[in-house]
This record gives sequence, structure tokens and C-alpha cells, in this order.
Amino acid sequence: MAEMKSKVLLDPLFNNNPIALQVLGICSALAVTTKMEVTLVMCVAVIAVISLSNFSVSLLRNHIPPSIRIIVQLTIIASLVIVTDQILKAYVYETSKQLSVFVGLIITNCIVMGRAEAFAMQNGPFLSLIDGLGNGIGYSIILLGTAFIRELLASGKLFGVEIFQLVHEGGWYTPNGLMGLSPGAFFIIGIFIWILRVFKPDQVEEE
Amino acid sequence: MQFSVRYILLFSIAVCGVCAVFVSSLAVSLKDRQETNEKLFKQRNVLEAAGLIESGQSVTPQEIETYFENIEAVLVDLQSGQEVEAEDAAAYDQQAAKKDPKLGRDAPKNPSLVFRLPLKAQVFKIKDKSGAVDMYVLPIEGYGLWGTLFGFIALDSDTNTVQGLTYYQHKETPGLGGEVDNPNWKALWEGRKVFDNKWQPSIQVIKGQAGSPEEDPYRVDGMSGATITGRGVENMLDFWLGPDGFGPYLENVRNGGVANDRLKGAA
Repeated sequence: MAEMKSKVLLDPLFNNNPIALQVLGICSALAVTTKMEVTLVMCVAVIAVISLSNFSVSLLRNHIPPSIRIIVQLTIIASLVIVTDQILKAYVYETSKQLSVFVGLIITNCIVMGRAEAFAMQNGPFLSLIDGLGNGIGYSIILLGTAFIRELLASGKLFGVEIFQLVHEGGWYTPNGLMGLSPGAFFIIGIFIWILRVFKPDQVEEE
Repeated sequence: MQFSVRYILLFSIAVCGVCAVFVSSLAVSLKDRQETNEKLFKQRNVLEAAGLIESGQSVTPQEIETYFENIEAVLVDLQSGQEVEAEDAAAYDQQAAKKDPKLGRDAPKNPSLVFRLPLKAQVFKIKDKSGAVDMYVLPIEGYGLWGTLFGFIALDSDTNTVQGLTYYQHKETPGLGGEVDNPNWKALWEGRKVFDNKWQPSIQVIKGQAGSPEEDPYRVDGMSGATITGRGVENMLDFWLGPDGFGPYLENVRNGGVANDRLKGAA
């Protein structure tokens, strides 16, 4: 059982990463990764939503009529997302302003519903919670990695603290505009997937 | 396992009920906190525009409150340019008002892509110790490259000299148009004049170097790689200082014709 738990928790980090292998949740990975601080808040929000939705769906799994299961899952997820959004607005107001609609769009993040349908409907509440945590963290690793590179190259900063002094402030670094735009994130995520598959060749799709 | 229709109906009602109670009780309990945040955020931006605090500087809610003892919020009828009586002008939500069919109107076509105008706009008057108005902080908004920029411009009591310009919400490209947030760029605005000698809005955001505010008062050095954002800033100042924006109000301020008694002595 203990082995099962650690497998459920650790598998989504690299072996079965929701972004890198399943290529889910890409929309938010492009949209919120321009700054580390914003990304961090988004990651915490997603981890909370996936874990709690997995947990609650799993608690109800034997009582949910199969014919309306998707809509029940969606109701639970939507409620959790609204609650998360409200909490962010109350406690980290300025960051929540920058995240704007993307917190609300966690509802449509395929990872959340994917895990509820594929895992929580078949497994116990505790294991589902761990699965949610694992997938949330797997998502966060890729997002934070992307945000690290993007913020550094696009504005020479990390968490808003200057690392490279920019040319127009008398420094040496010319900011890379591409990294500030969504396509920049595509390149970085693509490179991450490439690196991951060099080390884990079993992830490479057969031709 | 088979579920009866009755069970399915009851189950879905129960799930909805539980979720609704959960969401609404939390939303209600956090409401006060959110409203305080919103108010502080706005006040903070007014202070930043007026140059009373630096951007990014941490200030406590108490400090903001102390500053606001010398700041009066008033509502201005944009078309007549007169101040109007209002119960609680500080809490006025201009964004909500402009969308309200009764409190807003469609804006005339303008390059700043402002589609709706509130009938009444909020102005912050920053006063010195004697109670005379030192600065007027005006809310502005307009389209840049990717979306609408929202901010404040602070004008000296002559209604012409810029004291500060700040944006609190925008979607411009980080590192390019996003540099509207850069303190170095914002500093370029201080001392510029927004109106020419015929009182037409005349400030320009240009490519290349603009001189010092004394030599070159009507031009500001644009941000490199962000021509369209710069043009957006220029358009929105033209619009908000013009006849559909705060033009009539500022004219009244200059002529001492603002109907508010409290102001007459000060202007």
C-alpha cells in the first residue's frame, strides 16, 4: 500500500507528467507563466483544486449515478474554483488581479476533470487526494520551470527582483521579447518534453 | 448498479444545494476583506500617480489612510464639467457605472477605443495643509496593443503640468509595452504639459529622444519596441483631457467656475 501511495504521488512528476506526457493544461501553462510570482499562486490554486476535487469526487464515487457523473464532477470542480478565486481575491489581491480570468479557467483545465474521471471515480478518497497532489505538483514543476526561464529572459527578473540589468536601465541585457509572449512558452515546454524523453525513452511515441 | 430517476433527481439537487451553500457562505464571509483590498488597491494607485509613494513600496493600510486625510474624492459630471453632490464619492465604482444604462452612455467614436463613458467620473483632489488643492488625480483608460490600460494621471493645480502617470491594470507585452510600469519611464512624465496655449490636449509620445520638460514640454520619449502602446497612451490622454473626458471640468477649474463652494477659495 505504501509503495502504491508513493507511486501515485511520484509518477505524475516525471513518468506520467500531465503537461509533458499527456499534454493537458497547456492553455494556462502559456498564459500565466510570464512571472514567477503569479505562476506560483496559480500552481498553488491548481494543486488545491485538483486534490480537493479528487477527494470529494472519490468520497461520492459509489453514490454518483453514472448517467450524470460528468456534470456532478463539474459542479464540484466549479464550486472549488470559485472558492479558490474568492480566497485569492481576499488574501493576495494584486496577484489575483494579474491572474484575472485564468483562475476561473481552472474549471476547464483538462487535468482536473481528467483526474476526477480517470482516477477518483475508481479509487479511495485518500489515494485520490494523493493522486491530485501528485498531478498538481507535476503541473507546477513544468509551469514554474517555464516561468523561471520566461521571466528571466523577458524581463531580466525573478520574482520581480532584478537579476540581469536591462540595457535601457544602463545594464547589458537586451530583453528577449519572444519570451514575454505566449509562443515563447511553447518553445520552452517543447524543449522540456524533449529533455524528458531523452532520459525516459519509453515516453517517445512509436512512429 | 441501477439508479432510479427519483434518486438521480434527489442526488443532483443535493449536490447543487451543498455546493451552493458552500460557495455562497464563503463568498459572503470574505466580502469585507475583498472590498477593503479593492479600496486600498485603488487608493494606493492614486498615491502612486500623485508621486506620494513609489511603485512597489510597501505601505500599511494605516499609512494610506493618513495620506487620504488630505485627499478628497469628488464626482464630476463629465458633460457639464461641474462637481456633483454625492453621498460617498470615495466608494464610487466608475467601471460599474459606465456599464449601467442609466449611469453611463455610449462614447463617441475615438482612437482610444473607449466604448462606454460614465456620466459621472471620480476625481481625487490632493490638498496641502491649508486645504488648497495641490493636484488633481484623474482616472484614465484606453486601448494599447493587447488590451485596455487603466490608470491615473496626476495634474498640478494649473491643470496643465503632469505630476505623475501610472497604470494599475494592463495587458501589454512584458519588457516592451509592459514598460509603462517602469519607474524610469514614468519619471519622464513629471513636469510635462498636457495642453498647448489654446488649451488643446497636445502631449505626444514620440520615437527617439525628447528634451527636458522645460525645453520640450509636449513630448515624451516612447518605450522602445512599443510604438503601439505609446500611441495608446497618447490617444487616451487626448481623449480623457478632451471635450468628452475631463476637458470641461478642467476648464471650469481654471476659470474658477466649479460649482462646488468648498473649491472656490482654493482654486
